[in-house]
Amino acid sequence: MAEVNVKINGQDIKAQSGQTILEVARAAGIYIPTLCYHSDLMPDGVCRICAVEVKGQRTLCTACCYPVSDGMEVQTHTPKVREARRMIVELMLANHPQECLTCAKNQKCELQKLAKELGIQDVRFKGERRVYDRDLTSPSVIRDPEKCILCGRCVRVCDDIQSVAALNPVNRGWNTLIVPGMCDDLADVVCVNCGQCINRCPTGALKGNDPAPAIWEAIHDPKKHVIVQTAPAVRASIGEEFGLPPGTRVTGKMVTALKMLGFDRVMDTDFTADLTIMEEGSELIQRITEGGALPQLTSCSPGWIKFIEYYFPDLLPNVSSCKSPQQMFGALAKTYYAQKMGIDPADIVSVSIMPCTAKKFECERPEMTSSGYKDVDYVLTTREAAGMMKEAGIDLPNLPDSEYDDPFGVTTGAAVIFGNTGGVMEAALRTAYELVTGQKLDEVNIQAVRGMEGVREASVQVGDITVKAAVAHGLANARKVLEGIRDGRFKDYHFIEIMCCPGGCIGGGGQPQPTSEEIRKARIKAIYEEDETMKIRKSHENPAVLKLYEEFLEKPLSHKSHELLHTHYTARDRKTARKTADKPVKVKVEKS
Amino acid sequence: MAFYRAHVLVDTGTPAVLKGALAVKSALIEELKRRGLDKEIKVVETGDLGLHNAGCGVVIYPEGVTYANVTTDFVPLIVEEHLLKGRPVEKLLYKEDQPSVVTAAESPRCNEMRVILKNIGVIDPNSIDEYIAHGGYEGLVKALTTMTPDQVINEVKASQLKGRGGAGFPTGLKWEFTAKAAGSDKAIVCNADEGEPGNFKDRLILEGDPHQIIEGMVIAAYAVGANEGYIYIRGEYHQSVEHTEKALKAAREMGFLGKNILDTGLDFDISIFKGAGAYICGEETALLESLEGKRGESRMKPPFPPTYGLRGMPTVVNNVETFAAIPHILAKGAEWYCSIGTGQSKGTKIFSPCGDVLYPGVYEVPFGITLREIIYNMAGGIKSGKDLKAVLMGGPSGVMVGKDALDRKLCAEDLNPGAGALIVLDEDKCIVDLMQNIAQFFYHESCGQCTPCREGCKRMLEVFNWWTAGAGSEDDIALLEQLATTMSLTSKCGLGQFAGVAFKSSLPLFMDEYRAHLKDKVCPTGVCSMDKVLEEVK
Repeated sequence: MAEVNVKINGQDIKAQSGQTILEVARAAGIYIPTLCYHSDLMPDGVCRICAVEVKGQRTLCTACCYPVSDGMEVQTHTPKVREARRMIVELMLANHPQECLTCAKNQKCELQKLAKELGIQDVRFKGERRVYDRDLTSPSVIRDPEKCILCGRCVRVCDDIQSVAALNPVNRGWNTLIVPGMCDDLADVVCVNCGQCINRCPTGALKGNDPAPAIWEAIHDPKKHVIVQTAPAVRASIGEEFGLPPGTRVTGKMVTALKMLGFDRVMDTDFTADLTIMEEGSELIQRITEGGALPQLTSCSPGWIKFIEYYFPDLLPNVSSCKSPQQMFGALAKTYYAQKMGIDPADIVSVSIMPCTAKKFECERPEMTSSGYKDVDYVLTTREAAGMMKEAGIDLPNLPDSEYDDPFGVTTGAAVIFGNTGGVMEAALRTAYELVTGQKLDEVNIQAVRGMEGVREASVQVGDITVKAAVAHGLANARKVLEGIRDGRFKDYHFIEIMCCPGGCIGGGGQPQPTSEEIRKARIKAIYEEDETMKIRKSHENPAVLKLYEEFLEKPLSHKSHELLHTHYTARDRKTARKTADKPVKVKVEKS
Repeated sequence: MAFYRAHVLVDTGTPAVLKGALAVKSALIEELKRRGLDKEIKVVETGDLGLHNAGCGVVIYPEGVTYANVTTDFVPLIVEEHLLKGRPVEKLLYKEDQPSVVTAAESPRCNEMRVILKNIGVIDPNSIDEYIAHGGYEGLVKALTTMTPDQVINEVKASQLKGRGGAGFPTGLKWEFTAKAAGSDKAIVCNADEGEPGNFKDRLILEGDPHQIIEGMVIAAYAVGANEGYIYIRGEYHQSVEHTEKALKAAREMGFLGKNILDTGLDFDISIFKGAGAYICGEETALLESLEGKRGESRMKPPFPPTYGLRGMPTVVNNVETFAAIPHILAKGAEWYCSIGTGQSKGTKIFSPCGDVLYPGVYEVPFGITLREIIYNMAGGIKSGKDLKAVLMGGPSGVMVGKDALDRKLCAEDLNPGAGALIVLDEDKCIVDLMQNIAQFFYHESCGQCTPCREGCKRMLEVFNWWTAGAGSEDDIALLEQLATTMSLTSKCGLGQFAGVAFKSSLPLFMDEYRAHLKDKVCPTGVCSMDKVLEEVK
């Protein structure tokens, strides 16, 4: 990369060739508005908001995708540029439902922000507006195509980062529409429910399927015993919804807030994360020593599970049979917990707060009823949980800390790191090392599996065995690994951790917006900090887990464990995912 | 080779085919066979003869007699009278007051200079022998056997040939970029998705003389080191596809395509890809996307196709007419080519005047000819004898000029002709109605990818709809002008960038007419239905 000299707004700036105008301007602190640009995605240059004037060019150039060159002179806010930007936003607004006050994205909408920034006070084009039905079919994602500005971020994230390609444009020109599959409902296409599209959507066109009203009802029903579990990643991100910087840990404050909301018990998914390590670690040792499908693949991430069910059903025997921590929690809550507390499981409403929208799908899976009831009743995303807190007037940042409730309140550092990529692997290795060798692990922080690269590989000596491990996050990376297993490259590996979302759960589809690599790194840093502060940092040392085995489950992989904590998978046919093919696009036009 | 005493050329250009040319051809063959003349007279299909509004044309050589409006009913008469008895059928002769008495190439009606079109209507486009007999593949043989690839590129650069698709990028430079681009796999793509309304020159070349394109593309492949070639042909051009397919097969059999062409070590072959009717796919990067099997949407530029084209390969994308010029440049030399045309626009250009002219058609002339010469001397002037109102240069995406531009020269330094369409409008046409028509076109053809084009085309159409219905206001003019400016400054590709150009250029010409619609609610030409609406209101 050669160094080039660029002039932006008269300011001389040194840049690297290959960088875009936007990158150079941002690094120099010069603001250029964007809309279809997202730092996680390849720029597409379709919204045209980032247009700037480049000396010598006939047209304006889009800063997000125009590369700098030596001697280039750029102006970012000339009258020509400002007028063009205003016109573009006006055009978007002319075709946008003017219902900001009742929109889920109100005050977080990038289009709204842009209209405000550019001082748009009137939309001069008063013509037709496209009117479409909402798609309420998915348990995870609600589509409201009227609010779509066709920036294509959802399409790119689904395609490039997740390699699922559930969403794509149909029709042409003014009738262009982003649809699942070939104009099907979202529930009928190959969608893994990961919600990455929601996280990238600049407007309210995509949002989570929010169960808050039902939860409010349960909380205020005196007959119901409403318990809540919080996933590891939520504590490192929910503060962002209240204006705290990314990476602020608010574990204790969050517990206080949930108690204030009226949940009868606030417990921790970390507890069942520790339990997962006990079960999944034992399963791995069993597969290695007694023979079983290797490499063993982790199973905590429901988006990932749906992905392998669709795309690599031949590799399902490699997936650990362990349920995800959420579902282990759910199964135990309506059995062990109900017995212990003397409550009729029928009266227990089990809520989980997850960074994830796929969990909403997971709790609906027919096999997730091993307690005899629906194991987890409702899944709230981090955003939706914060929404309930706000509605209740809770000022999270200024709350005192509280402790989680028993019996699922005692947790370890190993469980906390489940929240980010590499964490499950690290937690498993901490326990496997000590259980297999009988020796104490001196260096608890296993750096070899940490980091942000899409696919990471490590060899760790555990007694006589050199454990070959790999970690992947984001489904496009998962696809590489699975293809590697098929073609033999990962054949002699023992254990592979896969998380559906970039960065792991901290980058989940239910997390606060915006998202970016920096924000995800800050959250991961917070997770590792939390790990460092924990008294116990290995799952097999969790006294509450040991007590659970003693009182109820007996031992890992026991009959009872298998009944409650393990599951099976379903090979899914991509062709029959579409139940309602050839459905015409619903296009209605409203005259104003 | 068999000797024939006469050749009967049947015009099988698309307009003639629609008038039954293929049936005429079969009937001729049958009739000759019936009379035992099939060993001495040969029936040949040829490209568009340029006989406008004259149905199926037939030319009989060696006399060079042209018949118009031939149907199967007249076939026995022609055979009996002309071919047997040697008496031309008077009532079927192409009349003096109509253009082109013999063939377009020998037409006395104009100062045409046929370089690319020289074989059209002369040879059988399905015969590689006839193409070769008329100097075909000379340029290719010369380039591949006596020149290095660099020399070929330098020759094309020296010819100052510019892209004929409308944008006018120097062809030699494009080839040079592609040749120098990193990567061992390169591609040559011929853009034959002629979609701009008013343009029909590429069709004529592909139907009437397809070997020229193949020859041009092989030379390009040799120059830049490409192994893959594609001709992206507009889906509606059935005959272009048919003739090009036959030509490809013949060229392969002759060894002009395939492995180790002319023992030079060059491996190159060409496939045909049919478009599916989207105007946007004529934009080179959208064409490449379509060729890759994706949705036809333009790519962001840079990178341009010479560095990142088809499937990421460095790719030359040139228009049909551009490739067609290449063999002639190589055969006769850049110096000869530069002797034609003007300072900045070298060579010949094919124009397609249409609309309210007497003889719409395809005319090849040197650059620098005036608009008046084409419209009045060649195309016969305004059909109705009325006054000229305006000309759309290049099609709906071009600028609009008025009567005062008639003596301007068609070349880069004066009036840029775009891809060559000249849509001529007489004084009876309403400017608002026309703008509504253009806006409807772009509204329908916008790919929907970028905001200014997708939303802008819609709003532009809406505003014109209001204007033609008497519901406009004078403030709309400034708003539309601003919209058109934004679209041309910020749209991702040429479609949106040029969608508002006709309107903007029409403003200074026809401000009074616009005001009449908006202020007085009157359509001066009586075209817009607003008058009816207002009368009904009264």
